Amino acid sequence: MPNAGRPMRAVVATLAVSALALTACGGGETAQSGDVTLTINVFGDNFSLPDNRTVYDEYERTHPSVKIVENRSDFGTHHKNLQARLTAGNGAADLEVVEVGQVAGFIGQPDKFVNFRGEGVDTAQWTDAIVARASTADKDALIGLPTDIGGLAVCYRTDLFAAAGLPTDRAAVSALWPTWKDYVDTGTKFLEKAPSGVKWFDAGGHVFTGILGGEKETFYDAGGELIVERNPAVRAAWDLSVKAIKAGQSAALPEFSPEWNTGFQRGQFATVTCPAWMMGYIQGNAAETTGKWDIAKIPGGSGNWGGSYVTVPSQGKHLKASVELAKWLTAPEQNVKLFKTIGNFPSQQSTWKTPEVAGFASPFFNNAPAGTIFPDSLAGAPAQVVGPESGVIGNIFAAALNSVEQGTSPEEAWSRTLADIKAAAG
Amino acid sequence: MTQGVQRSRGRQRWRSRLHRLDRSVSPYLYVSPFFLLFAVFGLFPLAYTAVISTTAWSPRKPGSADVSVGLDNYTTLFADENFHNALINTLGIGLLSTGPQLLLALGIAHLLNYRLRGRIVLRMGVLLPYVTSVAAVALIFNQIFARDFGLVNWFLQPFADSPIDWRADEWSSWTAVAVMVTWHWTGYNALIYLAAMQTIPYDLYESASIDGASKWQQFWHITVPSLRPTIIFTVIVSTIGALQLFAEPFLFDATRNNNGGSQRQFQTIVLYLYQQFWTNGRYGYGAAIAWTLFLITVVIAAINFLLARRISSTK
Repeated sequence: MPNAGRPMRAVVATLAVSALALTACGGGETAQSGDVTLTINVFGDNFSLPDNRTVYDEYERTHPSVKIVENRSDFGTHHKNLQARLTAGNGAADLEVVEVGQVAGFIGQPDKFVNFRGEGVDTAQWTDAIVARASTADKDALIGLPTDIGGLAVCYRTDLFAAAGLPTDRAAVSALWPTWKDYVDTGTKFLEKAPSGVKWFDAGGHVFTGILGGEKETFYDAGGELIVERNPAVRAAWDLSVKAIKAGQSAALPEFSPEWNTGFQRGQFATVTCPAWMMGYIQGNAAETTGKWDIAKIPGGSGNWGGSYVTVPSQGKHLKASVELAKWLTAPEQNVKLFKTIGNFPSQQSTWKTPEVAGFASPFFNNAPAGTIFPDSLAGAPAQVVGPESGVIGNIFAAALNSVEQGTSPEEAWSRTLADIKAAAG
Repeated sequence: MTQGVQRSRGRQRWRSRLHRLDRSVSPYLYVSPFFLLFAVFGLFPLAYTAVISTTAWSPRKPGSADVSVGLDNYTTLFADENFHNALINTLGIGLLSTGPQLLLALGIAHLLNYRLRGRIVLRMGVLLPYVTSVAAVALIFNQIFARDFGLVNWFLQPFADSPIDWRADEWSSWTAVAVMVTWHWTGYNALIYLAAMQTIPYDLYESASIDGASKWQQFWHITVPSLRPTIIFTVIVSTIGALQLFAEPFLFDATRNNNGGSQRQFQTIVLYLYQQFWTNGRYGYGAAIAWTLFLITVVIAAINFLLARRISSTK
């Protein structure tokens, strides 16, 4: 699932949900002795768009003794709170979602999670790489069940493309950028005739992440060693992102901030690096732009960004019921349904060929065949190596590229980035 | 009979002993809840933080909790440019917010001290920003200081070539954060000043006006000197508050790693502590920052206190 959140909305939602949780606990426990209330902590657009709990309602219908209370916060807060509550040994929800970039940070604490290896889960439904990422090095413990996978594409505004004299048909648009360099060159062409105030993309950090989404090794090598500084792929991605920023292509909207949300509504940028879960963000942030979007191939042809796992912290009081819910939430049927409603793409490869998935076209995105675009982007995608601080390093790069957008010299930003990474992960 | 007398005597002795015990021990019992709570929620965390600060504990590195690294965290911290930067940011924002905030509070209190119509409403009104949650205040100010569709930039439009990116520079981000802090605390300080102003005897003003002193002179020569102890109190409290500034920069920040601006433009000490501790999972280093901040606060509070004593004794 998604890679982030809507901070302010999330704060309000958190308050509201905790109030609900309090009242729910008060009333629920005495009602029937067999009843359990399961809490689930999610971030961003996991499992639903805001205020939509269809998936939970369905589970409650088939399991009348279970009540599900969801608590949604933004990406950073969510993972920070989870770590704090694991360390404290108390306070975690019955189910906690962990994003793929963050999961490596939790692998070192396998005793704090239920091991799904002993819970009758058929791990063969996922690729080895997906399972390995949430497993300990010896493969004895699997701490999370995969929900969705990102894949990669580019979502673009057909109306803005037309205004700037670019093709709008998705095949012709995909042909504009076989490589990321072509993508940036097209941006320059776009800006020549773009409506005033409209930029090529939302944030330099998203271009950077998109470029690296097609690389096998980015911040760590397969041996687990930190290689940011000497990995030419990272430096190349940085240089190209900086080049695009310097060409004035970035709307410089900090990723997942309220201003970034506004940017979607106001049409401040024409393209955005688009993993499947980004479809949910766009629909949630700017429902009124329906029909103006389309989806083209990612430069380079393949890549992945994001995906999530559902974990069950072992400190929970209802482990059996929680494991059951986790298995149900990550089952192919639910993943397919979520894909069709909000865009999060199923992690089970077996589902990709089913007509339900393969034949799905999103009306919001001009009937773009999302059901084939995302599996195609995953077909050639390498199994990415992530390390314990991959998430932290990604955020440092995002902030650094934002500082370049704000006027800092790229060389200074680069050297600060390396220093920060050394302090945080070295 | 004799047995009865002895028994009642024994009871008397017991009673007087109880009475003595009551007088000597009870006061301690009465104050003990505070000290017990302080020990649990104040002393213990303080001591435990000190212990953590001598480790390289990170939850992402199993087994790192118990390995002592001595004072390494502190030596790293003193050479850490990001910490120096946070220190400067904290002091800068502190000056930018404390000064205007106290001056404004003094002025507002002075105005509220007049016999105005509906002054109860007005006096309660200045407290409204204080009772509003900081999160709500930040939500509004984030929009007011937004780069693209913000209110301030809309007003500045005729005077500026391009909209100001408030988070991009130090001066602008400090200003935005300081405005939030000032908005939140001015009313609170104004009420404290107002309470103190009402204890100033009215005869002083009366005789001054008979002597021909203007309103301004009265304010400057009667009100302000009489408020001296109160002003000192508010300066000390605001200074300590400014050193621990967190919520406003935290909520103004748009980065995902609590960086306090893309280049730590407005990262305060506590925000840096939060980033290192929670975002980067460096419990040991974060604890060292916490203890260093504690010591800085103690030193600054002590200097404040000494200055305050000198000022009030020279009066």
